[in-house]
Amino acid sequence: MAEDKNRNGTFSRRSLIGGAAALGSVGLSRVATGAEANPDNLPPNVSEWTPYLGAGVDANPYGMPSPYEEHVIRRNVEWLTASTESSVNFTPLHELEGFVTPNGLCFERHHGGVPEVIPTDYRLMINGLVDRELIFTLEELKRFPQTNRFYFLECAANGGMEWRGAQLNGCQFTFGMVHNVQYTGVLLKDLAREVGVKPDAKWILAEGGDSAGMNRSIPIEKIMDDCMIAWAMNGEALRPEQGYPARLVVPGWEGNMWVKWIRRLEFGDMPYMAREETSKYTDLMEDGNARMFTWVMDAKSVVTSPSPEKAILEKGVHQLKGLAWSGRGKITRVDVSLDGGRNWQTAELHGPVLDKCLTRFTLPFEWNGEELLVQSRAMDETGYVQPTIDALQAERGVNSIYHNNAIATWMVNKDGSVDNVRLG
Amino acid sequence: MSGLVKAWLAGGAMLALVASPALASERPFNLGKIATPEEVAGWDIDVRPDGLGAPVGMGNAIDGEEIYADRCAACHGDFGEAVDNWPVLVGGEGTLDSHDPVKTTGSYWPYASTMYDYIYRAMPFGEAQSLTYDETYQIVAFLLYMNDIIEDDFEVSHENIGTIEMPNRDGFFMPDPRPDAQPVASEPCMTNCDVPTNIIGRARDIDVTPEQES
Repeated sequence: MAEDKNRNGTFSRRSLIGGAAALGSVGLSRVATGAEANPDNLPPNVSEWTPYLGAGVDANPYGMPSPYEEHVIRRNVEWLTASTESSVNFTPLHELEGFVTPNGLCFERHHGGVPEVIPTDYRLMINGLVDRELIFTLEELKRFPQTNRFYFLECAANGGMEWRGAQLNGCQFTFGMVHNVQYTGVLLKDLAREVGVKPDAKWILAEGGDSAGMNRSIPIEKIMDDCMIAWAMNGEALRPEQGYPARLVVPGWEGNMWVKWIRRLEFGDMPYMAREETSKYTDLMEDGNARMFTWVMDAKSVVTSPSPEKAILEKGVHQLKGLAWSGRGKITRVDVSLDGGRNWQTAELHGPVLDKCLTRFTLPFEWNGEELLVQSRAMDETGYVQPTIDALQAERGVNSIYHNNAIATWMVNKDGSVDNVRLG
Repeated sequence: MSGLVKAWLAGGAMLALVASPALASERPFNLGKIATPEEVAGWDIDVRPDGLGAPVGMGNAIDGEEIYADRCAACHGDFGEAVDNWPVLVGGEGTLDSHDPVKTTGSYWPYASTMYDYIYRAMPFGEAQSLTYDETYQIVAFLLYMNDIIEDDFEVSHENIGTIEMPNRDGFFMPDPRPDAQPVASEPCMTNCDVPTNIIGRARDIDVTPEQES
């Protein structure tokens, strides 16, 4: 890999991505286990990076991951959508630890590309059924009392390709439309006090300044509860693809409502029935009628390792790892099955366990080359139990696209490779 | 009490009055500027199901056919049948209860106002808010006509956009019936659970996953 170094000592992105594609995920994992290690770098020899000076503090003013981690990227599924500007990519959940998603790995979903919003020209307008229609600059928003909260954001279509059967062979592609960051922003109830909401206001229309003009209706009870206008994620300004310079945060509710590049909030006395809450993000049932305004993201979990991208490479002890979350509150328990749901063990939850936030779980297990059918089942503080796909299909059929929070099954084959399978 | 202390107290009380939102101002933080009617009009582009917000204008399908061919057909097809992966806009009646539902403006969209709202704000793709009000009404009229909802000379306008009856108007229900699909027992099964464990499908066999493993 040394040949790929540029003159300034950094690695060529192209060569590394090409290498990752050629190796495939299993190959990279083998590298990570040390199976292909260069003995010259191993004890008792002096490793090649030891005798020489490394890069100085001016080499990377904004730090990037090690070039050996360049396979840890968002990926898209080209055939899913007509254009990359109205499309989605997926968080590599199988490569992450803890519950915080790094900003550069948060999945993207936008409907008209990522606008380049100039922060000095950014404005948030609040109009409609208010005492005073006001316009705020970004700096004015930052002068309101601030709130810092961790929340997961999940697209309602996460797992939407899996309703009829196991389709995409990856943890990233089947569960990766979720991320979890700490938001810094102002509560909408503080902005509401500033404009003075009229008593007959029951709904708000949130509208983006992007080319899609993304717009969604949100009931005022939710607005006055925990919604925020956020300008920072994980301690730094929002990334452009996450709504820079400001986005709506709608904790526990489907990601489409978290309007990015937000430019306007309108208070009104009825829902606006925008395209995204009528023709999209409505859940078509078997009888041809559709559920409307299904906002909450129900409890869900996924085993991130082992998973289709995380084969088991050696016999012996392993740590099963996964993530669980619920739009109704805190995760209280996650059970794991290695035999397709016949027998379950309760996994360890790694705190802090927060409201409407990803929660990490682990369970040690020993693998001796046998086939496994790995599942996880989340429960939340309301008593909700993550359902099987059979239970979901019995209730909703297979046309609904959205809100598939079913238990998935990863089959560990005898060679340690892992497949997304459907049981029946 | 000395005069000095009295003056200090009075000064403090005055400061408290100024800082008190209820008395000094109804605006607790006094941030932001009042939006002018012109500013609001330029950004408040939404149109509600009852027609509120619809700008003055009108258009029929005969005029709409030309503008549709010019601005829409490259992606959506000459007859709304769609090119490649772009959305189908016409047809699909009677498919919603099948396993190949075709959700178009005619078969699925419950409100004509949504068509106006969306086309004006977001279409053509990559040329947002470039249509005139009349052009937008014309395109809405053309799509309604193609879906057999209006006649070709019917003038869709700000006066009737909130009253046009869409075929699937009653195809939606709320409130959200979830949580659903919950186990019968309050405590989920932990041992010897009666569940199917035969493998009936593998994503690997379908072979649509990008960058297959080696």
